[in-house]
Amino acid sequence: MSDSAAPFTLDARALSRSFAGRPVVRDVELKVGRGEVLGFLGPNGAGKTTTMQMLTGNLSPGAGSISICGVDLLAQPVAAKRHVGYLPETPPLYGELSVTEYLELAARLRRVPQRQVGGAAANAAERCGLAAVGGRLIGSLSKGYRQRVGIAQAIVHEPDLIILDEPTVGLDPNQIREIRALIRALGQGRGVILSTHILPEVETVCDRVQIMHEGSVVYSGTVEALRALRGGRALLVGLRQPPPLAELRALPGVARAEAAGADLFRIEPAADADPVEEIVRHAVAHGWRLYQIAPAQASLEDIFAHLTQREDATEEAVT
Amino acid sequence: MILTVAAKELRALFVSPLAWVVLAFFQLVLAWIFLSRLDAFLALQSQLVVLTNPPGATELVISPVFGVASIVLVMAVPLLSMRLVAEERRNQTMTLLLSAPLSMTDIVLGKFLGLLAFLLLPILLIGAMGAALAVGGRLDWGLVASNLIGLALVAGGLAAIGLYASCLTAHPVVAAVAALAISLVLWMINLATSDPASPLHLVSLLKHFEPFTKGVVDTANLAYFALLIVLFLVLAIRRLDADRLRG
Repeated sequence: MSDSAAPFTLDARALSRSFAGRPVVRDVELKVGRGEVLGFLGPNGAGKTTTMQMLTGNLSPGAGSISICGVDLLAQPVAAKRHVGYLPETPPLYGELSVTEYLELAARLRRVPQRQVGGAAANAAERCGLAAVGGRLIGSLSKGYRQRVGIAQAIVHEPDLIILDEPTVGLDPNQIREIRALIRALGQGRGVILSTHILPEVETVCDRVQIMHEGSVVYSGTVEALRALRGGRALLVGLRQPPPLAELRALPGVARAEAAGADLFRIEPAADADPVEEIVRHAVAHGWRLYQIAPAQASLEDIFAHLTQREDATEEAVT
Repeated sequence: MILTVAAKELRALFVSPLAWVVLAFFQLVLAWIFLSRLDAFLALQSQLVVLTNPPGATELVISPVFGVASIVLVMAVPLLSMRLVAEERRNQTMTLLLSAPLSMTDIVLGKFLGLLAFLLLPILLIGAMGAALAVGGRLDWGLVASNLIGLALVAGGLAAIGLYASCLTAHPVVAAVAALAISLVLWMINLATSDPASPLHLVSLLKHFEPFTKGVVDTANLAYFALLIVLFLVLAIRRLDADRLRG
């Protein structure tokens, strides 16, 4: 069903869109390779959902081109949509259908051959852990199950590109872990775009990250690069009776130290060194009254602030 | 693909209590009219035989029942059509159809055919009610057929109007009111004039349905209904496309 010659499952260029004259998405580039999970990150209102609606043909772009598995979505929408599975923010579920009926309907709508419809629906239900509730009406399912039905309908026709808009919202931690494992598994041999505003989710699931802010992509790079941007291995050390900074800097294994508050210090370890033990030993020996030592990871908000202040972040980060 | 969408709509109608209530009401009203017309016919029968060319049971019982059925349809179709798109918008389920490999035409035609298939059910039941008279006498089957064709075309026109109205809003009730307004105006717009040559007669639904109840299947009337259906379906497709463009 797929055109395996196309190197990218998704290749969107210069996407722009405005609502009533107000630009919502500006000049967004998106490329997703086979076997790649792309994290699409951004605060609410950044234009993530609008971008995804354009990628799935729910909204026509103001400008730009979208090619899915080498098929132009704007010129041949029907052919291109066959390769896409989409879970919108609100799963498009019919409460009056049973899970099996609904998945079979989704399979038929995606042009799965009639003889394979039952198998495809059963397979998708199995993968999403829905086998036990196949006969129940969707309207009577809990939020977690509904979300899974939503994911199942997106993968029922084995698409090459899966677009998931905040798939873990409203789930409990166990369900989140299961869904993340499922997304990783789905990434095998396909392209997956995962939109979220939860940074750890991106770190555990994605290969590459793209961050949107106010309609533009402000960061695009690998998860490792993002982790470095978040502060890498830096430590946040709290001391009630701190010594002069120079003394901290002189500790073995410490590359840099700076004050992060009245009694908080940000310490960056030297390459291949772990100064935690040294810090603790010195703190005890000299009575610095250590009360906290933790990885100093910047919050998502800090990164957004950081990225949006530096307009050239995208160019620097793409390597 | 169109049939998949149609089957889905048909199913959605059959699981909704509203559709069953409307169907039951439809049957109740028409069975009552049918029986009262039959009573009147039986009372008049002795006087009718004196006439040289007396009207038969088909003309005196079945045609009037179809006439009443057409008015009941004007009221009932908006209730059945209101959810077609408006409800999907409200529940945000339209995305399933829009991101599936379907053209907007597939979606609109599927929804239209699904509703029409549902409407054909009560229409055929009225036909069966009339056909039951064949047990006790002779029927003019040509007149029965032209009545059936006429009523099916009216149902098609009303369904297209209802579908378009449903595309205008995310509130089913608003869609129902809009569909009823458009249907009623089209139904009796000819009453607005006393001039028999007025062009308003050309757009009136009733004026184009009446010949069918007299056994006249005229291409002009067939063309009118075809145009009416195509017009509102095209409007519906354009309206949904505009959603995608304007967002």
